[in-house]
Formats: sequence, structure tokens, C-alpha cells
Amino acid sequence: MTTEDFNRVSRRTILGASAAICAAPAATAAVPASAAKKPGAQGLLPVTLKVNGKHLHLDLDPRTTLLDALREHLRLTGTKKGCDHGQCGACTVIVEGRRINSCLTLAVMHDGESVTTIEGLGTPEKLHPMQKAFVVHDGYQCGYCTPGQICSAVAMLDEIAAGLPSHVTADLDKVRFSDAEVRERMSGNICRCAAYSNIVAAIRDVAEQDA
Amino acid sequence: MKTFTYERATSPAAAASAAADRPGARFIAGGTNLLDLMKLQIETPAHLIDVNRLGLDRIEPTDEGGLRIGALVRNSDLAGDKRVRSDYAVLSRALLAGASGQLRNKATTAGNLLQRTRCPYFYDTTKPCNKRKPGSGCAAIKGFSRNLAIMGTSDACIATHPSDMAVAMRLLDAQVDTVSPDGTKRIIPIADFHRLPGETPHLESALAPGELIVSVTLPKPLGGTHVYRKVRDRASYAFALVSVAAVFGKNGEARFAFGGLAPKPWRVDAADAAAKNGAGAVAEAALAGASVTRHNAFKKDLTARTLASVYAQEARP
Amino acid sequence: MKFDQPATLNPIDRGRVIGIAHDRIDGPAKVTGTAPYAYERHDVAPNAAYGWIVGSAIAKGSISAIDTRAAEAAPGVFAVVTHENAGPLGKGEMNTAHLLGGPRIEHFDQALALVVAGTLEQARDAARLVRIDYAREEGQFELAAEKDKAVKPPVSWGTQPDSAAGDFDAGFASAAVKIDRTYTTPDHSHAMMEPHASTAAWLGGRLTLWTSNQMIAWAVKELALTLKMKPEDIHVMSPYIGGGFGSKLFLRADAVLAALGARAAGRPVKVAIARPQIPNNTTHRPATIQRIRIGADKNGVIDAIGHEVWSGDLPGGGIESAAMQTRLLYGGKNRMTAHRLAVLDLPEGNAMRAPGEAVGLLALEVAMDELAEKCGVDPVELRIRNDVQYDPEVGPKRPFSSRKLIECLRQGADRFGWSKRNPKPGQVRDGHWLVGMGVAAAFRNNIASKSGARVSVDGKGQVTVETDMTDIGTGSYTIIAQTAAEMLGVAMEAVTVRLGDSKYPVSAGSGGQWGGNSSTAGVYAACMVLRGILAQKAGFNAEDAEFEDGMIKAAGKAIPLKQAAGRDGASAEDKIEFGDLSKRYAQATFGAHFCEVGVDMHTGETRVRRMGGAFAAGRILNPKAARSQVIGAMAMGVGAALMEELTVDTRFGYFVNHDMAEYQVPVHADIPEQDVLFVDELDDKSSPMKAKGVGELGICGAGAAVANAIYNACGVRIRDYPLTLDKVIRSLPAA
Repeated sequence: MTTEDFNRVSRRTILGASAAICAAPAATAAVPASAAKKPGAQGLLPVTLKVNGKHLHLDLDPRTTLLDALREHLRLTGTKKGCDHGQCGACTVIVEGRRINSCLTLAVMHDGESVTTIEGLGTPEKLHPMQKAFVVHDGYQCGYCTPGQICSAVAMLDEIAAGLPSHVTADLDKVRFSDAEVRERMSGNICRCAAYSNIVAAIRDVAEQDA
Repeated sequence: MKTFTYERATSPAAAASAAADRPGARFIAGGTNLLDLMKLQIETPAHLIDVNRLGLDRIEPTDEGGLRIGALVRNSDLAGDKRVRSDYAVLSRALLAGASGQLRNKATTAGNLLQRTRCPYFYDTTKPCNKRKPGSGCAAIKGFSRNLAIMGTSDACIATHPSDMAVAMRLLDAQVDTVSPDGTKRIIPIADFHRLPGETPHLESALAPGELIVSVTLPKPLGGTHVYRKVRDRASYAFALVSVAAVFGKNGEARFAFGGLAPKPWRVDAADAAAKNGAGAVAEAALAGASVTRHNAFKKDLTARTLASVYAQEARP
Repeated sequence: MKFDQPATLNPIDRGRVIGIAHDRIDGPAKVTGTAPYAYERHDVAPNAAYGWIVGSAIAKGSISAIDTRAAEAAPGVFAVVTHENAGPLGKGEMNTAHLLGGPRIEHFDQALALVVAGTLEQARDAARLVRIDYAREEGQFELAAEKDKAVKPPVSWGTQPDSAAGDFDAGFASAAVKIDRTYTTPDHSHAMMEPHASTAAWLGGRLTLWTSNQMIAWAVKELALTLKMKPEDIHVMSPYIGGGFGSKLFLRADAVLAALGARAAGRPVKVAIARPQIPNNTTHRPATIQRIRIGADKNGVIDAIGHEVWSGDLPGGGIESAAMQTRLLYGGKNRMTAHRLAVLDLPEGNAMRAPGEAVGLLALEVAMDELAEKCGVDPVELRIRNDVQYDPEVGPKRPFSSRKLIECLRQGADRFGWSKRNPKPGQVRDGHWLVGMGVAAAFRNNIASKSGARVSVDGKGQVTVETDMTDIGTGSYTIIAQTAAEMLGVAMEAVTVRLGDSKYPVSAGSGGQWGGNSSTAGVYAACMVLRGILAQKAGFNAEDAEFEDGMIKAAGKAIPLKQAAGRDGASAEDKIEFGDLSKRYAQATFGAHFCEVGVDMHTGETRVRRMGGAFAAGRILNPKAARSQVIGAMAMGVGAALMEELTVDTRFGYFVNHDMAEYQVPVHADIPEQDVLFVDELDDKSSPMKAKGVGELGICGAGAAVANAIYNACGVRIRDYPLTLDKVIRSLPAA
């Protein structure tokens, strides 16, 4: 059976509720932040996101989480759904430079904002240094938590560089990279395969390259 | 998640007034707790008022020498703020002990105060829970209650308040600043902000319908040695079994607040008064009137031990 | 290829590609998020509708009425599937409970309906509108209460529930030193990161299913039984699996309901089991009660050893075979093991990583620590004294194929610095930490299972391997590529591996740590046939031909592989089949775990400071991925020791802590640096690869090493897992 066959099946009974997707010109990112949203047909709300550098316009059910907007509407399935309740970290993406759980936020709350997903960090042909380090250090097994680990790690190193303390920082004003800092700061990304030691090694490797 | 209408508020007063106009309206800020509960239909707001862009995200000094923390200041920003780190270290420590880096980047100051319990029966809509469904009963009291409260409970509810931040806020005598739908402002001392369950465990705070938290104000710094000790099964990304926030001053004076013990951040004057007599005396005062279950009786001993740990930590140079 | 004699020198022994650490060939796809998992198949099933499962709110009873009208009328809903409209359904042979319940209800959160809608949001919301009236019945939910009613179960999976040798009662009664202890382990949840998920599409009467399943051929067979279809009308694909650990060995509700939902809605449908549903809807590792009795002389040499295990499951379910390792691990002429099974109305118990050993060793290896202390013998030395090189229930006529437990203990102890351990508990302090060290033996049976593959070389010299083997994080893609590269003398880059598709030859699949050794042996078999074909095409005698550097070489001549393959290429399919070597020889993997913990002198919190281990598991095919398997399994052992427990509410009959916030598994901060040594070993009786399983060995004994380290740190011996701080402080002196 080919892809074509399934397309034929699904076109025959095309779904009414899937979101319209189109690339929008850059200027539409500057929607007034204070504007109240006017629902369109079927209660859908217009949302514009800058995803991995591209301005994208969506009409979404307001219940749509950022995670489902990425995975189901933009078909960026690199961001994973492990628990959908903020308990695992597989859905970690970087929004406006900060790592968050995309499962616990509505897409509409991020109208006009910039989102970086795993697809925006690198490609198989051109890996981001963190992606490369995960391969070299075997910082994964099943691969399902991996995009979240990598997005989290990239943003986490920025947090250390910015001098933000953590639970294990002895002196709140002296923030330095250490394995213990990485373990604490990455604890919101669960890996049941438990590649933890290898993930720490990969992150250390990248941190040393940056240093 | 039930359907809801969505609007983005343009000012705090407009947000409050919009909430008053719409039955079933809820404010949404970080969303890390509300959306979790909405997916399970434990929360079913008909209307969401997004307050994220109200600009309430600044930390400013007050005329009294304290700090005014905007309601929307994210947990990670509050923990990392230089003034908080140096003058209110217990607050930084409490924040950093909570949740994960990702959640702290999203969760807000006001939202964290309003965080709802992690009681597993509250989270399962097939089970009775007076907090979720008033009058349905409490499955926890005779159920799995290892993580639940031993202080301030009632026959209707033994849920704990899960926040770490709120414990430090309680220790620091913070005030909660609000605006009501009619535009009036009020200041609620944190001691009065959270309610004990009594017969109405579904009512958790002193906020009136539509009332919006705009900031939390800290009084001028206490000085002293700040400690936040959180005890949990795994090393991170877990709620407290017991936590102790403490500030030790000169001459053996100290104040204490506790997490994981009660439906609200727990603070007892007598415990502070017992500070000079050591951890055991503080524990005894703090736990007077405790009501335990088979599963959570260990929290009494654990509280005393955690206090011993805090005293030992304070004594370290 | 029949493997019924020990392997002799073969092309794998060259070790040019096999045995060398390789980055995973699927790595770039995984780190960029481009590896497609079962719920992500927009590429082949665009616009799939969304199914949401409605689970039972009661543990036992029946549906008295089910009303789907409100759900059907909800916006976007295409169909609601229940037992009333699903049509006649069978049940898979490996499922204990039905995957779509009703009218009978067998456990809490058993699937009773699927709501299919145009969006996830619509389906999830409408699922709440399905009204179900229940007739609730009393059930049994507490293992301890049912223990005395437990019965001897029938033979299952070839396992006899009982075994005996010599006279245990007499031997134990007359022993100079006796240990008689009871240990308990709770129910465990696999908690793999990817929820069970499937996308189903029908074309006429044929079903295509993209799913997350460890055993492709089982999935086809069980789905055919459940849907009453012909297996040949079912196509199952599972190229990437976000963790399994046994939870995805069997057909689950996502697959059946996606298929039923797609049929009802007339379009492709995808279903994931929501995280809070997973612990009660799917399988778990059953809780155990274990009594261990050991009788030894004053030097700790065992004369009598007995291990009895009680576990529970739904009617028709199976045991947790926690005494299995006790049949083989230590010597002693008087022996007994017994498994008893109680009926419980909890969700279905079933295999989780190293079923049997993982929890059996949590008991046995603590009992050994207790024996060591009682005899005043070092725990490492005690285990060495009780080593046995043959199956102790049968005698020297059934030797181990290879057994390097002693080497693992000695080398592991050296690397870990075991000699620095103070045998007296509670003596070492580091600040507020009480520090201790523990050891435990690792043991996991080695299972080999029939496995097939098809290997082709095209006219450009590119090699393709196809097998329905799965990669659940184990590194199958890479070791299979290594095997083909070694056998055919090509670079890794010249090999493409295609897995997890029921159109490919049936493999061993992933489970019981049999997958790596068995599936590569199947590729070996196919490569041997292909080598013969290629040699013949090149005009060489197959026995003389060397395959290296992309060439076939013999008699001083060298012909490029692609030339031999010809423009149309060459292909061969074969399977490895295992004879009676596993009957003639006991086959198992061994290791030794070492652990250092700190126990907070005030609060009783335990934090693991260091872990190390030495392991013997035959040829290590890819040391990089094998090490990852071991460290990951060690971490799962830490979870079992310190925190993991599905808590049973015996009033309602369900697991209360059914999400990842409340069922805690280790996070980054719980796991320290881990050191792994593979002891050199080739097992010529295991397969032509001379490898054995390694994916489960790391969890076996790891938790016991933690438990023993806690005892050494603070003198508190806890026999009820997990060893949480509330149990520690009960006996911990005030600091």
C-alpha cells in the first residue's frame, strides 16, 4: 500500500476541523499584543507563530496546546508528547529564548512569539553541536525523550551562562558549570532508558567547546 | 478539556472586570497547573482571560525598603533576581527547589500561590473528593495519604498545598496585592491568603470572584541566615514530603515555615518562640494538634528530623 | 541455519566491525526528531482522525448501561466504538484481560469505549460525555490477604513453578547458620517515555497499522485473533519505538481500538493511551512476597537454599517468576523453589524488564548480604565461595556454557575500590551523609530465539538488511548493520537496515534480552547463504572466499562485491534456529554490581553517589550501545530500590499514583557517574555470534546493591521495597 492510497481514503472523507496552514509574511508577526482575539468559523482563533525562523499562521481551536499545534497542525513531530501533563519534559521547546513544556501552554497564548523546536536546531545532514554530542556520547536509547533533552540542554547552558542559580548552587551568586549543576538542571527531562550519564557527558562536551 | 472562549486582557482592571462579567471565567497566566487540570476536566472554565501581557512582570523596590514582585514574574526570574538572591535567599532557594527548569520558566508568582493540591484522589475524577466535587466525600483520609497533610486538616479534606515558593513567602510575611472587578485594591497578608479546608475544601483562598492578584510585596529584608530544606523521595522534580523554610537571626532567634504538612504554608508563632530551645522544641510546637493517618504519620518524625538538619545546616560556617 | 553444535571460528571472529564501539546509525534521525514514531505518521496517514479511550471507572463488575448519544452528537465526533457496536471480537493468546471491555469489566481503566473525532481536543472532550452505568462487584486487590489462597500455577512459557534437589528441609534444619527472611516488592510500571500508540488505516478488508510494539509477528497474530481476521490481511510497522521494557511485547488497546475506530469512522485513526491511563489500562510488573531460607556452614558455604514466591494476577494470568535465578546462581546440594499465584482483580500483570530476576534478586542478594554478615565473611568472598560451574539442580552433567561470575566480582571489586569498605555499618561519615557500599551479583538467563532476515547486495555494492526485528532503544539497527558489514566485508556506510515491518522475515523481536544475539545470528545466517551465492557468482569456492574491503577474494584473485552481485543484485533469506544446546548447557549472563550511597543522617534520604559493575555477557557486539543498556538498567534498579511503587488502593482496586508525577522514576539528579566493565567472554554455545543478551542484565541485582549499601551506610535493613526514607527513619537513630 502506498501513501497515495491513504491520501485517497482520507480525501474522500476530508476532515473539517484540521487547521489551515500557510506561510505568512514577516510583517504579520507584529500583531498588536493587546488585541482581543476574535473567533472565526467554528470558534477557531487566528494565531501566528514564528517557528524555527518561519512566520506561520494557524487557525486553532483555543484548546490546542503549543505542543499539539506543533505536532498535529504544523506536523513538526520532533517535539514529543510523553505525558501531556508537565511530568516528563519530552515536549521541551524554546520559546522566546527560554525552555518550556509545550504541553502546558496554549498555542494562542504565544501569538506573535518565536518558537525553536528540535527541527530548528539542526538536520541529520547538519547537526547542531548538541545533537552531534548526543550521537557521539550515546546520549539516548529509544530516542523519544531526546529532542526534549537536547532543546532543554541548549537553553540550560544559556541559563548557566547568564548566572542563574539552581537548587544545587552552593553560593547563589557564584554559578559555575559542573556535572552536579547539569544533573539538577536537567532533572525536568526524564529518560526512562536512563542515558543520564551519557547525556551529562554530551552536555559537558558542548560546554567545554563553548568555553 | 471543555470548550472555552478566550480573550487577552489589556489591563488588570479590565481583566478583573471581564472576569466578573463572565460566569465560569478564569485567569490564565503560566498555565502550568490550570491546563494540567483542564485536560482532566478537574477545572472546567467557560472563559479564559489571558493575563500574560499585562506587564505585571517587574520586580521593584518599595518605599518601605521591601520588594514588589509583579504577579506575572516567572519563578525562574524571581529566583534569579539579584536582590532576591542577596536579601531573600530563602525565597530563591524555595523557588529553585520546586518543579523543573522548564516549569519555573513558565509558572508565575501569582499562579504559584494559587497552585492546587497534588492529592491523587483530587486528580482522579472517578473518585470522591470534596475539594473537586463538594459533598462527594474524601477518598484520601482512609486511602493513600503518604504525601498528604497532618496539620490544619478537617474531616472533609487532608490535601496539602504543594508550593515551595508560598512557604518562603509565608516565612517572609509577604502581602498579596489585588484588584477587584470594581477597581478597588486590597492587600491581603499571606497568613490570611490561603484558607484551611474546614467544611469547604473547594474554597482555597481569600480571593473574591474576579479578584486579580497584581503583585506580591515583601517587607524589608530580615537579614540573618536563610535556609530552605526540602525533603523528597527523589533528588529533584518532586513535591516535598516535608520542607522547612527558616531564617536564623542573632541570639538564637529564628522563624520557621513548613511545606508538605498542611493545606496552606504552615507557620506557628509558638514554633518561632521555641527557636532557642532547638529543633525538637520547634517541632513539638509546630506539630501541636497534628492529625495523622497510617501512611503519613512519619511526617511528624520527619519534620523534627528536617528541623535538626536545618539547625545543623545553619550552624555550618 | 540450524545452530545445534558449538560455534567454531567464523567470519564474525575477525572483529573488524563487530565488537567495536559504533555510534548508532539511527542517531542522526533520533537527535533531530526526524525518526517517525507511531503517532507521527502524517507522511503516510495524513489527516488521521483522533481516538480517545474511555476507561472503566470501576475495577470489577459489568456495564449495566452505556449511552453514547451525547458523545456522538458532540462537535467533530465521527464515531464511538463500544462492545455494543464493535462486532465480534476475539482475544489474543497473550492477553489476560480483553483490550475492549464490556459488558464484563475485568480491571480499572480497562478500555470500554473509543471516541473518534476530527481533532484531539474534540475527541478528548467528547470522551467525557460517554455515560456508563456500572454494576460493581467485590474484588480481591491485596496480595498479602490472598497469599494463603494462592495456588500452584500451570507450566507457563516452559517454566515449571516448582523445583527441588536433595532434601531442603533436612539440609536447612541441620545448617550451622540460617537465614530465614521475607521480602516484598511492589507493583512496578514500565513508564517508557512514548505512550502506547497506534495509527490504523483500512483499505478494503486489509488493515495497515503503524504501532509501537516490540514483537511484530506476535502483534500480527494477536491482532488477527482479536479482530477475527486473516493474518495476511494485516500489515504492521514499528520502525521506531519510544521504549518498551516489556510494556509493548503484547498487543494493547491502542492498536485494537485504532483499528476498530478507523473501521467505524471510515478513515485512518490514531490512538495513544493517555499517560494517566497507562498504569491501570496496560500491564505492570506484579508485586511479590518472597521467603528466602539459606542454610550454610560457618564459612558461608551454602548447603540448603529455598526461595518461595507469591504473586497475583487476573484469572488466567501468570506468575512473577522471581525464584528462577535461585535455581542456578549458587551451589548447595539441598534446594527448593516454588511459585504460587493468587487471583487479584488489579490490572493485568505481565513482563517488565528481566521478569523474575529483577525482583528475585532484590530479595536473594539482600539475603546473601545478611548471610555474609552472619558468617562474618566479606560479601564478595561469600559469593565467590558459593560459585558453581554447573546447573546445581541437575549436577555437573549440565555445565554452564560459560560463567564468569567470579571474574566479574573480582574485577568489579578492584575497579570500585571495594577493599576500602568498612564491613561494620554506620561507620563512615561525609558531612551529614552516612556513607556505605554494597555489592550484589547480577544474573539473567540467556534465551535464544528463532530469527530470520533477508540480506541483499545491489549492483552498486550497497547492502540492505530486512527483518521484522525492532529497535526499542537497544541499538538493533546498529548491531545488525555491523553484522552485515562484518560478514560481507563492507563499510558500515554501505549497509542499510530496515526493521519493524511484518513484510520482512520474522525475527526474534525485542524482549527477554534475546533480541540482540538472536537477531544478529539470523542476519549471520542470511549472510552465510548470500556469501555462498556471491562466491559462486564470482566463480569461487564459497569456503575459500574472503569478504573484505568490498571485495570477494580467493585464490589470489579479488572481485568487487558489486561486480559479483551483478546489475540485478543478489539476495538471500534465512533464519537461525536453535537446537538443544540450551538444554545441554545452562546459559546465562553474569555480573557484579557495586554501589556507594549516602544516607542523610537526619532525614533518611538516600542518594546514590557511585555505581559500578562488571558484566560477562558473551561477545559484546557494540560496546557503546551495550554500555548504555547496562547503565540504563542500573538506573532502573535504583528506581526499584528507592522510589518505584504502584500503590494499590484496596478499596477501589486500582493503582492510585497513575501518572509520572506520582509514580516516580529516577531523574538526572538521582543517577551519578556509572562505571561499566565488560569481562572478556565468548560463548560458543549461545549462537554463531558468540554473544548473549545484555539489555536486562544491568537491572538484575542493581537494586539489591543499593539496599546493601544503605545497610552498610546506616545499619538499617529494610526488606520491603522501595526503601523510602519513611522506612529508613523508623530505625535510624536520632542524629
